[in-house]
Amino acid sequence: MSLTRADVEKVSLLGRLLLSDAELDTMTTQLTRVVGYVEQLGEVNTDGIEPMAHAVEMHNVFRDDALAASLTRDAALANAPKRDSECYRVPAVLGE
Amino acid sequence: MSLTDRPATDLLRDLSARKISSVELVKAYAERIRRFDGQIKAFLHLDIDAALAKAREIDARRAAGQPMGKLGGLPVAIKDVLCTQGIRTTCASKILENFVPPYDATVVRKLKEADAVIIGKTNMDEFAMGGSTENSAYFKTTNPWDTSRVPGGSSGGAAACLAAGMAPLSIGTDTGGSIRQPAAFCGVTGLKPTYGRVSRYGLVAFASSLDQIGPLGHTAEDCALLLETIAGHDPRDSTSADLPVPQYTASLSQPLQGLKLGLVREHFGPGLDSEIEAAVREAVKDYQSLGATVKELSMPHSKYGIATYYIIAPSEASSNLARYDGVHYGYRTDEKAMLDELAAKQKQLESAQDAKKLAQLDTPLIRLYRKTRAEGFGPEVKRRIMLGTYTLSAGYYDAYYLKALKVRRLIRQDYDKAFEEVDFVVGPTTPSPAFKLGEKTDDPLAMYLEDLYTVTLNLAGLGGISVPCGFTKSGLPIGLQLQCRPFDEERLLQAAAMYQRATDWHTKRPSL
Repeated sequence: MSLTRADVEKVSLLGRLLLSDAELDTMTTQLTRVVGYVEQLGEVNTDGIEPMAHAVEMHNVFRDDALAASLTRDAALANAPKRDSECYRVPAVLGE
Repeated sequence: MSLTDRPATDLLRDLSARKISSVELVKAYAERIRRFDGQIKAFLHLDIDAALAKAREIDARRAAGQPMGKLGGLPVAIKDVLCTQGIRTTCASKILENFVPPYDATVVRKLKEADAVIIGKTNMDEFAMGGSTENSAYFKTTNPWDTSRVPGGSSGGAAACLAAGMAPLSIGTDTGGSIRQPAAFCGVTGLKPTYGRVSRYGLVAFASSLDQIGPLGHTAEDCALLLETIAGHDPRDSTSADLPVPQYTASLSQPLQGLKLGLVREHFGPGLDSEIEAAVREAVKDYQSLGATVKELSMPHSKYGIATYYIIAPSEASSNLARYDGVHYGYRTDEKAMLDELAAKQKQLESAQDAKKLAQLDTPLIRLYRKTRAEGFGPEVKRRIMLGTYTLSAGYYDAYYLKALKVRRLIRQDYDKAFEEVDFVVGPTTPSPAFKLGEKTDDPLAMYLEDLYTVTLNLAGLGGISVPCGFTKSGLPIGLQLQCRPFDEERLLQAAAMYQRATDWHTKRPSL
């Protein structure tokens, strides 16, 4: 199937990307080709086949509920583009 | 043979016998880097002074007769996708240009504990997405065998620095062939371990169910040494296997008796370069003369490998890369410019009384994410985020993602069936030799199709190795791929070593 420019624009919002007009055009063409290619999976009979999400199919790996050392707050905040002494800073989320 | 042409295990014997020092070695590689890295551009980060300091410390401990780690002063290059405490880790992306990890990846910690000398961080496709290292946001790495060609990718710097004699051992990662394909293109040996063999803690995630860290070296023995150093269970990676790690180097010289190899019919179809086919068939004959029997078999779902991979890997990537939000670490767009632009847009829509567009206008936080990511990611990363977001989005999840997971199981079942009959699946690592820089950059799908022979192994979660098995007439290396049952790396390495004792392809070095 063919993706429209509007589809691509919507996906860019979902993926938190901002694409220029030129990028939207290129992306529409390229994604249409790739999606067209992967659609060949439609011809495979997968009736009754369990999906395989992972090569190691295990669930719920637990560890003891014990205290262990972790990063200090300063180390965890060290790479933040904007911070104060204890938090990450972002633009105001709620109105004034 | 000059120092920097020799296999790592050979150098290690001389280090242990104190015939050479770690400082001498680091200096020899540093000299090669000084002379040739301007041309090859394998390294994103180098700190020769720190490497020399470490080498001096190791030499002093050895001279004092103190206990020595397994790598005893050997230099190792690390792909810039593994976190190194206090050393910038960029994933070849602008979005992580200034990221300095507060901790070491488990593999890096193990290397340090084994007395490796970290010589530098190697170039790669941005976030390991690509097969040519042309997607690095910083510069392109060239192939030491022909500098007009790509080294492969995504571990292109990792393979190129080995081939150019700028490091004796190298750490790469393989999500869809990113160790094996550059190893093939650069004429070195590269092993992708079984999923879970090596801890992924501190590896910057691309597609978590496919990513695996592995060794590159000149020989199977070099890879064995590096793998036994980095493998093993890690409580910090719940997907790492709680299984003992064999001492791969100890059993390496035992030839395998009654070896059964499987040739997959589908691996010799259209698209395979004739010189590669000839070299691979010759290598299979070499195995036969060493006593192996060969069986032709079919893996009917292997032709769906690329389609399956390019749904699953981007889906996982789109989710993993959500963390680059300009808040926690890495690049953030100019906040004031972004807010001014948004306010201007709002004013414009208000005066035009366009209520619909006004309601759709991004909030400041959403716009911060979007602009940060638009400016921080390169085109291939954006393409994969878009593709993955699309295939996971409402209405398409079942048709794409869920369908791909089912075909993934069929691909795994093909392998399980093959391994009932043979010990290893053998074939070409790549359909064609190293291509020209820029040759495929305008056609993402053509680039994806290069992964034909490697991606199915990651989808199935199994192990594989690429070993040099010849050259094209124009002098480009060719790789032979062997694939194994889960956690059968010990015999995989034995099989590769057996071939390397009978041939000398792995001893060839490019002239720079």
